Amino acid sequence: MSILKKALTTAALASALLATTAQAETMRIALVAKALGIGFFEAANKGAQEAAKELGDVEIIYTGPTDTTAEGQIEVINSLIAQKVDAIAVSANDTDALVPTLKKAMDRGITVISWDSGVAPDGRQMQLNPSSSPLIGNMIIKLAADNLPADPPSEVAVLSATTTSTNQNTWIEEMKKVEGNYPNVKVVGTVYGDDLADKSYREAQGLMQTYPDLKAIIAPTSVGIVAAAQAVTDAGKIGQVNVTGLGLPSEMAGHVKSGASKSFAIWNPIDLGYSATMIAYHLAKGDAKAEPGAKIPTGRMGEVTLDDKTEAAMADPFVYDASNIDQFSSIF
Amino acid sequence: MSILKSREAILALAILLLLALIASRFPGFVTPANLGKVFTDTSPLILLALGQMVVILTKCIDLSVAANLALCGMIAALMDGAGIPLPVILLTVIALGAALGAINGLLVWLLGIPSIVVTLGTMTIYRGSIFLLTDGAWINAHQMSAGFKAFPRTVIAGLPVMAWIAIAVIAGFAVLVNRTALGRAFYAVGGNPHAAVYTGISVGRTQFAAFVIAGALAGLTGYLWVARYAVAYVDIAGGFELDVVAACVIGGIAIAGGSGTVAGCVMGALFLGIIKNALPVVGISPFWQMAISGSAILIAIAFNARANRAPGRIILKRAEHRT
Repeated sequence: MSILKKALTTAALASALLATTAQAETMRIALVAKALGIGFFEAANKGAQEAAKELGDVEIIYTGPTDTTAEGQIEVINSLIAQKVDAIAVSANDTDALVPTLKKAMDRGITVISWDSGVAPDGRQMQLNPSSSPLIGNMIIKLAADNLPADPPSEVAVLSATTTSTNQNTWIEEMKKVEGNYPNVKVVGTVYGDDLADKSYREAQGLMQTYPDLKAIIAPTSVGIVAAAQAVTDAGKIGQVNVTGLGLPSEMAGHVKSGASKSFAIWNPIDLGYSATMIAYHLAKGDAKAEPGAKIPTGRMGEVTLDDKTEAAMADPFVYDASNIDQFSSIF
Repeated sequence: MSILKSREAILALAILLLLALIASRFPGFVTPANLGKVFTDTSPLILLALGQMVVILTKCIDLSVAANLALCGMIAALMDGAGIPLPVILLTVIALGAALGAINGLLVWLLGIPSIVVTLGTMTIYRGSIFLLTDGAWINAHQMSAGFKAFPRTVIAGLPVMAWIAIAVIAGFAVLVNRTALGRAFYAVGGNPHAAVYTGISVGRTQFAAFVIAGALAGLTGYLWVARYAVAYVDIAGGFELDVVAACVIGGIAIAGGSGTVAGCVMGALFLGIIKNALPVVGISPFWQMAISGSAILIAIAFNARANRAPGRIILKRAEHRT
């Protein structure tokens, strides 16, 4: 037998072996966190494991660098490529730095998606955002409306970050678009706490003085919502003024328990990890395509629709209240 | 005429005018209860401005006060989390604040580095240390003990403890600056460093003392701040050092050192505090708020410059005539 023949047989044998193992083996999806040991990503992993159990033939490799650097993630991704995983779902530490490595992964036939913190379009097949501006805008006013009587309209004010914060301005704009859908809410004004605890506190105090009948403060910023809740507590107006908006469960736990905030919203990391896994699974399996307009099923979360930039919004922000705050406040 | 010339009288008049203006748009602002609230809210600014005042008197400046406040506040919150009793926490933050101030003071005194450079550096170091301590995590209301949060809020004779602390410190400073050798030394060192040396005052040591005092006050305020807003994180009181310097400038403390009074400094802080508290209620567009605060500072500085120019000119004229 010539060397060439030998080599060919070996190659054939190897590929045959590979093919059979690939069929017998479960699909391996790598969930890459910004860094290990962060509650938010640990929770996302929990969701990914849940999706894997539901799908049955999926194994989750939860990994990430030890600190939030792009270099660390590149190393991790290279080792995942070497392990020939079927899909990589990454929350990126840098939009652009990961692109070459992820391109290499896609060249080897690995499905690559980004979630939470996105990668530039060149480096992934699709990006899964936790939510979208219209969904957030709608959610923050809905949270206020849900805790107010149906009639007559109650005065509600917005406490934002700085006058120039892009995120907050977009959300508030989206909120104003759907204001008509909530006839029991009358938005009386927007003030800016500059994401400083003391200024936000003072602005919240000012709101309560200017509008004695104020029924709710919407603060779509994590500094503002905590400061407003404290201002309401100090003014003795718990039960009278409800503070809501966007915040983190660990930061809001005390204020939810005291009643200063009946409910607030933020993305649910468990759902995010679950959806990312579902999407990676369907794309890797080939029963869904990552192209503009495509719909990808996401199990119990329904489905996501990709926009022109092959990005998709998962769902409404998740609502936290007294019933689930304890469960999540230890996570993030 | 002599009353009008006094800077404090003008400032007091300006404050009354400001209050009248606010009252015309929002009468509820000038009720005694609300003014008490405004004073309480301004207490941290008063405390830091007094500390800054003695530093500026000695021709220095301390830009690290807000970072010092944030670091001490975070340590207070961490100690509370570890179950350490409040009196121990209070003593520790004051000592720690003083130590952080002493670092500034030593660098200025022994190495002769300009204070603006020293404190610009330590400001960043102190803020960075908070991140190292906490990894950027927040300490929130429910992680603080009830006693820790309640102390500055406890009302005694109509005012919260926080306001009483400010009043006590104002009184202490009035004595320190006007009735002690150290107080005189602050003015002497800032007024004429060379003459101060000839009278046996160590310029460096006096500046060191000023930094330690400013640091100790920042440490104490750190606790008060964190307890009042019931949250501690890396960025608390971000940019507050500029408010503190502004309060001093409005209060007539000469940036060149050697001139200024406790009353002026307190009124400067109150002036800023009233503006900060009034702007949210009088319905002025937030886009104008910063411009208004800035204008107040510029007007005060223009006033200062005018007040200081007149005597200087006379001396120069005499000198010109002789030659």
